[in-house]
Amino acid sequence: MSKQTYEEPYLNFSIFIKGDRHQVVVLTIRRLWSTSASSSHLAADRKVLKPLRVKGEKMWGFIRQEVGARGLSALVSGKYVQSLRPVAATMRHYSSATKEMTVRDALNSALDEEMAADPNVFIMGEEVGEYQGAYKISKGLLDKYGPERVVDTPITEAGFAGIGVGSAYHGLRPVIEFMTFNFSMQAIDHIINSAAKSNYMSAGQINVPIVFRGPNGPAAGVGAQHSQCYGAWYGAIPGLKVLVPYSSEDARGLLKAAIRDPDPVVFLENELLYGESFPVSAEALDSSFCLPIGKAKIEREGKDITITAFSKMVGYALKAAEILEKEGISAEVINLRSIRPLDRDTINASVRKTNRLVTVEEGFPQHGIGAEICASVVEDSFGYLDAPVERIAGADVPTPYAANLERSAFPQIEDIVRAAKRVCYRSVPMAATA
Amino acid sequence: MASSCLTKSKTLIINNLKSNKLLTNHTSSIAHNVPLTSSSLPSSVRKFASSSRITPSVFFNRCFNSVYVGRRLHSATSVSNDAVQFPAEASFSQVLDYPGGKVTFTPKLTFTSGSTDERIPCYRLLNDNGQQVIDSDSIKIRKELAVKMYSDMVTLQVMDTIFYEAQRQGRISFYATTTGEEAINIASAAALNNNDFVFPQYREPGVLLWRGFTLQDFANQCFGNKYDNGKGRQMPIHYGSKKHNYFTIASTVATQIPHAVGAAYSLKMENQDSCVITYFGDGGSSTGDFHAALNFAAVMEVPVIFFCRNNGWAISTPINDQFRSDGIVVKGKAYGVPSIRVDGNDALAVYSAVHQARKMAIQEQTPVLIEAMTYRTGHHSTSDDSTKYRSIDEIEWWRDDQNPVKRFRKFIENKGWWSDETESEHRSNIRKQVSQAIQVAERIEKPPIADMFSDVYDVPPKNLVEQEAFVRKIIKKHANDYPSDVPM
Repeated sequence: MSKQTYEEPYLNFSIFIKGDRHQVVVLTIRRLWSTSASSSHLAADRKVLKPLRVKGEKMWGFIRQEVGARGLSALVSGKYVQSLRPVAATMRHYSSATKEMTVRDALNSALDEEMAADPNVFIMGEEVGEYQGAYKISKGLLDKYGPERVVDTPITEAGFAGIGVGSAYHGLRPVIEFMTFNFSMQAIDHIINSAAKSNYMSAGQINVPIVFRGPNGPAAGVGAQHSQCYGAWYGAIPGLKVLVPYSSEDARGLLKAAIRDPDPVVFLENELLYGESFPVSAEALDSSFCLPIGKAKIEREGKDITITAFSKMVGYALKAAEILEKEGISAEVINLRSIRPLDRDTINASVRKTNRLVTVEEGFPQHGIGAEICASVVEDSFGYLDAPVERIAGADVPTPYAANLERSAFPQIEDIVRAAKRVCYRSVPMAATA
Repeated sequence: MASSCLTKSKTLIINNLKSNKLLTNHTSSIAHNVPLTSSSLPSSVRKFASSSRITPSVFFNRCFNSVYVGRRLHSATSVSNDAVQFPAEASFSQVLDYPGGKVTFTPKLTFTSGSTDERIPCYRLLNDNGQQVIDSDSIKIRKELAVKMYSDMVTLQVMDTIFYEAQRQGRISFYATTTGEEAINIASAAALNNNDFVFPQYREPGVLLWRGFTLQDFANQCFGNKYDNGKGRQMPIHYGSKKHNYFTIASTVATQIPHAVGAAYSLKMENQDSCVITYFGDGGSSTGDFHAALNFAAVMEVPVIFFCRNNGWAISTPINDQFRSDGIVVKGKAYGVPSIRVDGNDALAVYSAVHQARKMAIQEQTPVLIEAMTYRTGHHSTSDDSTKYRSIDEIEWWRDDQNPVKRFRKFIENKGWWSDETESEHRSNIRKQVSQAIQVAERIEKPPIADMFSDVYDVPPKNLVEQEAFVRKIIKKHANDYPSDVPM
């Protein structure tokens, strides 16, 4: 039997491995942190630890729970468990096939867990209750938590956004759903002036732990008034955090982080991704899982060109990267995950490695996310660029309905591939467009 | 929330209709079918409305009641307000149970009138001479309370005058007075508890004054100095104090109304013995937020008081250009919110009405709308000259003859609780204090640079930390380019 011991400032970790099946983990917490008010969401078990005998996969979740129960915030415990990850690789344990989960289920389970953990969390929006959610994201929650915590509203975004903000002023943690973010324009005064700026304007007396979530950007054949991307609009506002999940793990981790965050968060989902399945790790399935806000993820490593994308475009960029691989171009794909705060460090580090950048988004080109990323790279890594930055965005037109027109109005995989090649081989500047 | 209750209660209604109980009192028949966890529901409609406070265990009972919102009579309203407009004729008394309730049919092609021939009467206790009308509805007011109310009204008046002058002298950049609305400010605050939450518009500093915000606090905010508990972030008169349960004023008109409803929802979930009050003007009642908030509050059944200061003018827009309804009080009825019109220049009536409204809001978990009729004697703000759009005679008449401060003074003098000597002593006292507060506030230094970057988020993000460091570096390097009295 081998033993591996790890020492961290707050806990001792001893793993006894016998054969390739049983592990015994002895966890000793050496120092207790006092629970801060913001970690009231933690799962409650505070028994004294005894040696555990668990199967490999469940162990990480269990440890995270125990560490969390000692009062360390989920984020900190997450860091510790993540730093211990290499151990998992050396152990051979039961590895069942990695579970697959749709983004819809990921969001639903995240909402469910957060509502179970904190009685102050409640959902408000049109059709979220009886109808089980316009896109079934809040399915089953009305039956489980009752109409006081899953509130169906009349048709007034301005009204229920304002009411949500008011309840957040008083200490509840609302999750406001917009059927699509196009309708959030009705409520944008409350999102920006009542939520984002309140902490500042009140000099810290009023904080607004609210989440505004819903599908953003184009779907399929929904026309001009249902297809706009609001990442750039909300990304400009100090006081807001803006998150853009791609995979199911992103959706779970970021939504949980958003609900626990004391600042107002705009959570931009994507309707077409709701039904898509992604593999999720056991860690992500744990109820205390959450991802840090403001960190991008490198979905695919490469060395020739950096492609940044968010939401559905990450999938397109990954497919484009595969095509480029066959043509000898190794593309690094960055999943932004967070528009505000924008992870300038990761983007710049990547550009300094590859020296070329293509940004991809579905929103309108002028004043878009790509413009901000381009400016950031020019400010921080100008000397490292071997070619001008290319921005790929939606066409500068209100979205047309006809399928062929709609397809031409948004970036497709071929557009990304062509832009990447241009950035790699181009020696003359592109003709200026309007 | 209501929709789930509707489904459950609809089945019960249908069951009862099938069992041919159309003509009997529905409330009692259904009461027999539903097992009640609270004390049994009496069949009389009057008691029906004032059932027990909301707890999760009686929630089903409660939400079931809400189907009958149209028939709820709250304890303070009179039955005559709900007088049937279309008397059903014996041969044509057919009723249909639509989603939302029963409706009686009529063969008469009549439109309800859009004009306001008969206006809702206005609740008033003190006449122009401060004499109390014989009335059993109002509560007896103690000497200490009345004297504190009056002296705070005077303080507000003096504070307004001197701060206004300070703006004219260029010492502060902006100010808005509450002249003419002192009774609304102080009397409504006096009728509340200190743990009731206040969501103000911007013409209610008197509520903060009543709760203990000092003259120095007011001055510090107007001068935006380092002792301002708003850290110099906002324009003058945008007061706010968590300690006093007074939410920071925002310039956006009427956004506080749905905020108040949300906060009241939070209170309801906590089951606390307090309510929320929100103030707005006649102009604010035109906004989308007002309508959404009232509608929601009625549907969600939350303890909130909507206090509308109908002062006749929204900057330069008179009432007739603002709406054509009978004021704001009738709008409450449209949303299913019990409402009252009160004389806003009568401190006793305002006190009485708010006191009762608070009781209703908490005990019955219902919103209440109060329309206080008053007049904005001063200009909209220091950026306005109201003589440009209204006659000086009109202003003077309201300022002199209908002055709320004068009227309440007569009331307490009649009771022997006040005299000319106490008046002049109090006034000169306050004048000295206000002037001193201004002088002190003027000399205190401004907030430090660190306060520019804090509170944007709970934890300052990296970019702001960098920016702050950058700004400090620049200021240190080019100290001559920056004012010397700005602390770091």
